[in-house]
Amino acid sequence: MHLHKYEKIWLAFGVAALVVFLSVVGVSAFSHDHTPAGGMETIDPKKVNETAPFDKPGVTQLDDNTYQVAVVSMAFGYNAPELKVPAGKEIIFKVTSTDVVHSFTIDNTKVNLMVVPGQITTKSYTFEKPGKYLILCNEYCGTGHHLMYNEIEVY
Amino acid sequence: MIAAKDRKIALWNIGVAYTAFLIGTLCGLLQVFIRNDALQLPAWLDYYQILTAHGVLLALIYTAFFIFGFFVTGMSKTLGTFGPKVWLFSWIGFWVTLAGTVLATIMIVSGEASVLYTFYAPLKASGWYYVGLALYVVGTWISSFALIAHYLVWRKAHKGEMSPLFAFMTIATLVLWLIACLGVVATVLFQYIPWAFGWTDTINVELSRSLFWYFGHPLVYFWLLPAYMAWYLIVPKLLGVKVFSDSLARLSFVLFILFSIPVGFHHQLTEPGISNFWKFLQVVLTFMVIVPSLMTAFSMFATFETSGRKKGAKGLFGWFAMLPWKDVRFTSIFIAMAFFIPGGAGGIINASFQLNEVVHNTLWIVGHFHITVGTPVAMTFMGMTFWLIPYLTGRKFTKSMQTLGFVQIITWSIGMLLMSTAQHVLGLLGAPRRTAYSSYNNHPAALEWFDGILTSHVTMAIGGSILFISAMMLMYIVVMTMFLSPKAEKPEDIVEFPLADSDRESSPKFLENWKIWIGIAFALILIAYAIPLSSMIQHAPPGSEGLKTW
Repeated sequence: MHLHKYEKIWLAFGVAALVVFLSVVGVSAFSHDHTPAGGMETIDPKKVNETAPFDKPGVTQLDDNTYQVAVVSMAFGYNAPELKVPAGKEIIFKVTSTDVVHSFTIDNTKVNLMVVPGQITTKSYTFEKPGKYLILCNEYCGTGHHLMYNEIEVY
Repeated sequence: MIAAKDRKIALWNIGVAYTAFLIGTLCGLLQVFIRNDALQLPAWLDYYQILTAHGVLLALIYTAFFIFGFFVTGMSKTLGTFGPKVWLFSWIGFWVTLAGTVLATIMIVSGEASVLYTFYAPLKASGWYYVGLALYVVGTWISSFALIAHYLVWRKAHKGEMSPLFAFMTIATLVLWLIACLGVVATVLFQYIPWAFGWTDTINVELSRSLFWYFGHPLVYFWLLPAYMAWYLIVPKLLGVKVFSDSLARLSFVLFILFSIPVGFHHQLTEPGISNFWKFLQVVLTFMVIVPSLMTAFSMFATFETSGRKKGAKGLFGWFAMLPWKDVRFTSIFIAMAFFIPGGAGGIINASFQLNEVVHNTLWIVGHFHITVGTPVAMTFMGMTFWLIPYLTGRKFTKSMQTLGFVQIITWSIGMLLMSTAQHVLGLLGAPRRTAYSSYNNHPAALEWFDGILTSHVTMAIGGSILFISAMMLMYIVVMTMFLSPKAEKPEDIVEFPLADSDRESSPKFLENWKIWIGIAFALILIAYAIPLSSMIQHAPPGSEGLKTW
């Protein structure tokens, strides 16, 4: 198979760029713990309201520098009373659904996760600036999908 | 010209494709106005119904029927007239696909299936919607096997020869499609249908999502590869040169089979149930398609330059001016290619693991697929429509039609540029996709997104309206060339199927050894999917009951 000299240069450049891109993404992910939302915990979608931590949704302080926020998503809203968290501290979000697939997305942040019934999605995030942030659902969940939102206050 | 009975199959496929295109683009127009709060739908019609119809009719129906119309024409042209069995099964495939399409469309229109074209469980549509989808897939399989049989007959009669490049690429695309559909068939047949008809109570949601995306990503390559066929095979003919390299063209199609399937997790990067290791592994495999994409880009520019220099172009970029810009068949495809440069780059961003969180399910994604399938693929199909229909009907592609063709592709480009740029920027600001009009109770953050000149509902609505006008011009061209334009009597009026020659004799034989490529494809699929999917089954949470939330 004949390869033109310029094509060899072009493909070598392309493959080198590919290696660099993937290394940047991989190193940042696995050595700096910079991975997307996820988690392997499961839950009975019919028993969400009686399973910890979703039996008492909302903010819990875990230690001096860590807070946990448990959120129950349902068509068409989020059950998480008094969402107030401090800036500069690690916030661990744990989100699940009692019905269909939703998302839990906080505007202007990297918190943008899929909520799948039967699974618990976990995401750690540290807010830098205080303020009121819009939370919304960006996965179609039914007639009221575009009315599914909430707010989190960072102090 | 190919045999009349083969032409008929192709024309019926293209006819259905453009019927779907007409309804699908009308739905798109309605959407931009609803999102603009300028249009209130009657009580019996819902935004998400229209959105489902828009996605299904354009992404699944328009594409698949057009592709089969193109394949039937090209396979009959390059390998000879269909035998009676190939002909019969091509028709059966057509009617089964159409029956599935009609059944699914009826369910969408009657409000029994507002689940969008991704139909994520546990949203539960009528069981007949899933039956419609299954028939659609089975129909395409019958059509695929008819074309594969036609190819096998040819190979038997031409032992030791490489097949024509058109036939090779068709078979590669069909192999990709058949392997890809296994995922959606598995989930629809074994998960959705028993559950939707009430034979099982619950469904494993994460497994159904993963099987869907096992299909969902190669689906986009099923749209793209026929467009690439036009780039590799039609464009050189329009430029008066040969295919740049027969063997590289074949190799790139083989690489697309290998690296477009074991990659579905990159659509599921922000969800639970899949560990980071498997997500990242599939990200790496996803990036491998960059190699055949770069090979294609090189071939295209090499073709342009060779042709320009042959016509006497001088200097580093002199060949650019020599391209046949006045030929709408070429200019349309050139614009399609140009749109694919930001389209492909955006795809790399989307698949970049943690970076996906910034754009996932925002309007950015909507912008992305409008400058991938919505322009590079769709406009290549438009550019092909200009000659494919007159070629099949034996009618003229008149001067006025050519002028209208130019207006059509230029308006499509302008409309898409406005709409998709607005969508990309809005997505980066945080505006979600798949939503009807909403200001989140006038939340300041939401109002801010739409506050710009470019990032406003108005820009999107203007873009969408221009696109719809363009689509209607195309419909006019389709109807004229199909039924009304004068018959081509004089030799210079006869529209040809522009197909470039390629030096297939020099290509190495192993490229056409399908056993190797299908074997490697399945090995990669096993590596990427066997462990995570079996863990989804073994460690499954209690399943979900179906819900109708619309």
